[in-house]
Amino acid sequence: MNLFKRKQYVSVNASNINEDSKEKKNNDVKSGPAVPDGMCVKCTGCGKTVFKKEIGAYRICPECGHYFRIKASKRVKMIADEETFKEFDEKMTSLNPLNYPDYENKIQTMKEKTGLNDAVITGICKIGGFDSVLCVMDSTFIMGSMGSVVGEKITRAFEYAAENKLPIVIFTTSGGARMQEGIVSLMQMAKVSAAVAKHSDAGLLYVTVLTDPTTGGVTASFAMLGDIILAEPKTLIGFAGRRVIEQTIKQKLPEEFQTAEFLLEHGFVDKIVERENMKNVLTEILRLHNPKGCEFNV
Amino acid sequence: MSNASDIVKIARKISRPSALDYINHIFTGFIEFHGDRNFRDDKAIVGGIAFFNDMPVTVIGIQKGHTTEENIARNFGAVHPEGYRKALRLMKQAEKFHRPVIVFINTAGAFCGIGAEERGQGEAIARNLFEMSRLRVPIISIIIGEGGSGGALALAVADRVWMLENSIYSVLSPEGFASILWKDASRSKEAAEIMKITANDLYELGIIDKVIKEAEGGAQNDFGFTANILKSKLESEFEILCKEDIDTLVEKRYKKFRVMGEFTE
Repeated sequence: MNLFKRKQYVSVNASNINEDSKEKKNNDVKSGPAVPDGMCVKCTGCGKTVFKKEIGAYRICPECGHYFRIKASKRVKMIADEETFKEFDEKMTSLNPLNYPDYENKIQTMKEKTGLNDAVITGICKIGGFDSVLCVMDSTFIMGSMGSVVGEKITRAFEYAAENKLPIVIFTTSGGARMQEGIVSLMQMAKVSAAVAKHSDAGLLYVTVLTDPTTGGVTASFAMLGDIILAEPKTLIGFAGRRVIEQTIKQKLPEEFQTAEFLLEHGFVDKIVERENMKNVLTEILRLHNPKGCEFNV
Repeated sequence: MSNASDIVKIARKISRPSALDYINHIFTGFIEFHGDRNFRDDKAIVGGIAFFNDMPVTVIGIQKGHTTEENIARNFGAVHPEGYRKALRLMKQAEKFHRPVIVFINTAGAFCGIGAEERGQGEAIARNLFEMSRLRVPIISIIIGEGGSGGALALAVADRVWMLENSIYSVLSPEGFASILWKDASRSKEAAEIMKITANDLYELGIIDKVIKEAEGGAQNDFGFTANILKSKLESEFEILCKEDIDTLVEKRYKKFRVMGEFTE
């Protein structure tokens, strides 16, 4: 029966990093997919049960080094300098362009479950002292899928960055297009990519950080358009899903297929960066783009 | 009017006129060019230069076959990354020589396979979206059969996006949609109705700009009828597009896609 068992994912509450013991009493009331009130979690990588304390602030399994998926709010805390993040468009929420049955309810349920209004948080912050626009996707909201809201918020983030001559850093994680929004979700790929082009034409920096998983329409649009593309180790990155490919070509795929390491090998990722070094690397990249290399006349 | 699942059947007919059928009918002196200059020539994409009346143009198409043999050679119109890169190379060439671009789209989707992933299918599609959004020549894309997801969109960031009456354009095939959302691919008919994938539905949604009429039962029943309508529509549209200031044209293209999406704040 194990064949039919869904993969177990452990969700981690964003607010209780490092302060497990101190804050335990307070965060019981938090909504969203909180860690069950216990001392242990099961690693989604090796399957071993490990002490919650041991996975640490960066959410890494002490047994196998597997990275737990983390919520966008937690990621913002890891990357943005303290108290500098100002969120854009936090209230934006999706309508139902296809009148897909029950979509409004699905969105409502997801909002209550995750504490998010859709699958991305966008805003402005400082990273290592450098001003930057920052967008972070969240895979707990309908698999980080891109519909109208994700498309619009990221487009606006690029437009804001272009207007204010700022770099932009995006952490991607997505299953692809939001099926319930049909063709409208497909069009978001074109909309965002066009905004990336405008920002790029203004001579500004765009850094993508691919996190687990980054697939489908997000891969086939802004995820692959960064001037610099970073990835967390072992991240799943691809266009088509593994199962779809296996069905198409009728053969089993190798284990390392579509990992960050595989993409690095094939020339589609600039650098794999461990989670605990990510902020430092981003800071150094921002430093190297400020000021420009050589202010020659063009 | 036929329902969506009937249109899906017509759109996928092996007898449905292909990109090359339209290219040979509408243009003169077509010279086909090959290869992406990086890896190889993808035969699922045809492209080159031709005259449209007296105007030099670049034409690109996703080519399906009319026979199984031809379909195997064309990979059933499933494009690899090098195919999208070939198309982009031809579009950049068009930009250099100020030639308008006309694209014929007919694909169930970008190819899913090991090589496609190794060579960056996602990157290839993304790059086309990025570059087409700012290409400094007029572009008209026409969906002539299937417009399957990112594989179709990768050639459809255009000033005008048209569809033949019995073609479809969707985020995913109705089978895939039913299988993802309802875990039941056999409910594809139901999915087709719900998804808004027909030319008329997409025109109403504001996703496409024009629906091109076909002969009763589909373009294969009277190819000349549809091809001639298409030709005359192209003539009148280029009258407008070629007079447009290029900065204005590119900005309008940006705005066309910019407004797509339904949300509230």
